[in-house]
Amino acid sequence: MIPAAFDYHAPASLPEAVALLARFGDSAKVISGGQSLLPLLKLRLGAAEHLVDIGRIAGLEYVREEGGSLRIGGRTRESVLERSEIVRARHPILLDTARVIADPLVRNRATVGGNLAHGDPANDHPATMLALRAEVVAYGQNGERVIPIDQFFTGLFTTALAQDEILTEIRIPAPPNRTGGAYVKLERKVGDYATAAAAAQVTLDGSGAFTQVGLALTNAGPMPLRSTAAEEFLKGRRATDDSIAEAARRAAEAASPTADRRGSVEYKREMARVLAGRALKKAVERAGGR
Amino acid sequence: MARHDIHLTVNGVAQDLQVESRLLLVHLLRENLRLTGTHIGCDTTHCGACTVLLDGEPVKSCTILAVQADGARIATVEGLEQNGKLHPVQEAFWEKHGLQCGYCTPGMLMTGCALLARNKDPTEPEIREAISGNLCRCTGYSNIVKAIQSAAERLRQQ
Repeated sequence: MIPAAFDYHAPASLPEAVALLARFGDSAKVISGGQSLLPLLKLRLGAAEHLVDIGRIAGLEYVREEGGSLRIGGRTRESVLERSEIVRARHPILLDTARVIADPLVRNRATVGGNLAHGDPANDHPATMLALRAEVVAYGQNGERVIPIDQFFTGLFTTALAQDEILTEIRIPAPPNRTGGAYVKLERKVGDYATAAAAAQVTLDGSGAFTQVGLALTNAGPMPLRSTAAEEFLKGRRATDDSIAEAARRAAEAASPTADRRGSVEYKREMARVLAGRALKKAVERAGGR
Repeated sequence: MARHDIHLTVNGVAQDLQVESRLLLVHLLRENLRLTGTHIGCDTTHCGACTVLLDGEPVKSCTILAVQADGARIATVEGLEQNGKLHPVQEAFWEKHGLQCGYCTPGMLMTGCALLARNKDPTEPEIREAISGNLCRCTGYSNIVKAIQSAAERLRQQ
């Protein structure tokens, strides 16, 4: 399959890239790893007259800590995230997530920024970033702005990024002591989108009670879904099988999956409940809770 | 629509080419360079029949624009054999019956080579994880895994 014709631009700097985006307006799209965009263009489900490739801009691929918080360059490939020592040692939830995105070959091209900026509720990083309460840095003609992840996803395949903005960095707050996170996904086969998946990030106090809870679901509606009711239920409660089961039930209740070849609405909601419970349990274990 | 001058190295040979923006890497290899060992299977980023190495890393060449590969080193299955002698990974696939119809084989070989370049003694789960983006629909994965294990042994003895 061959995409419809377009012009390709490979700017060497961010200012050049945003100038191109501003000039071409809605007829331009940013291409990062291209692992979602190129299939769409090939299948002609999408079209663009201009592709602005950010792959030639230096300095957008990194995973580093600054004052305890984690900074991930927008153009960081999933394979780089997966092999990062900082991620392996300090943020196992990100390793859980990267390892179930598409397949290893796709992960050699696909980028973390692209996974978020595509705005697909079936993608895996969005739920994880919601659980982590990440921030996204957008670079535009007026410089940088920081967007809290809760304001980033605005609808199906749409985000808060303006047409001439580029996602340049993801910031993840430093995890306090006794914090753990996990991402669990049910997929029919490697490379499939989630039938259901859940991301949990929890912090416990000395008595084993939750002081901070982040819980979010993948593919549970038109947007990545924060499980607010479940988070609020858990805060201040002790981490027990019962409290986790009730939180998972509340998370699933708020989900609105759609039926497709992966299953019915009822099945997917039930799987969301099971996976939310598993993610919370694993997060609690990693926080040293049990 | 604009055309682009690109320079890349394919199996050690420098290539200067002019390409249309939308030309895919797999089409550049198969049609412009007549390297038809790289197969097109699903054409939707699932099957891995089109796997080539881009700067040493296995990627799906149906999901990369040729112009994105400007400046890169590309390795395809045609580059494995050296001086009329099969690459140890190819020998191992032959001996362990790692192929039947052969359609997925070029991709499996390239992914296998990339794995063994990074990990000289992979475990079975590591091999299965590495080839999880390459689909085989007839040989079965057992012999492919055995072939990669055997190739690892051969390479370690070299």
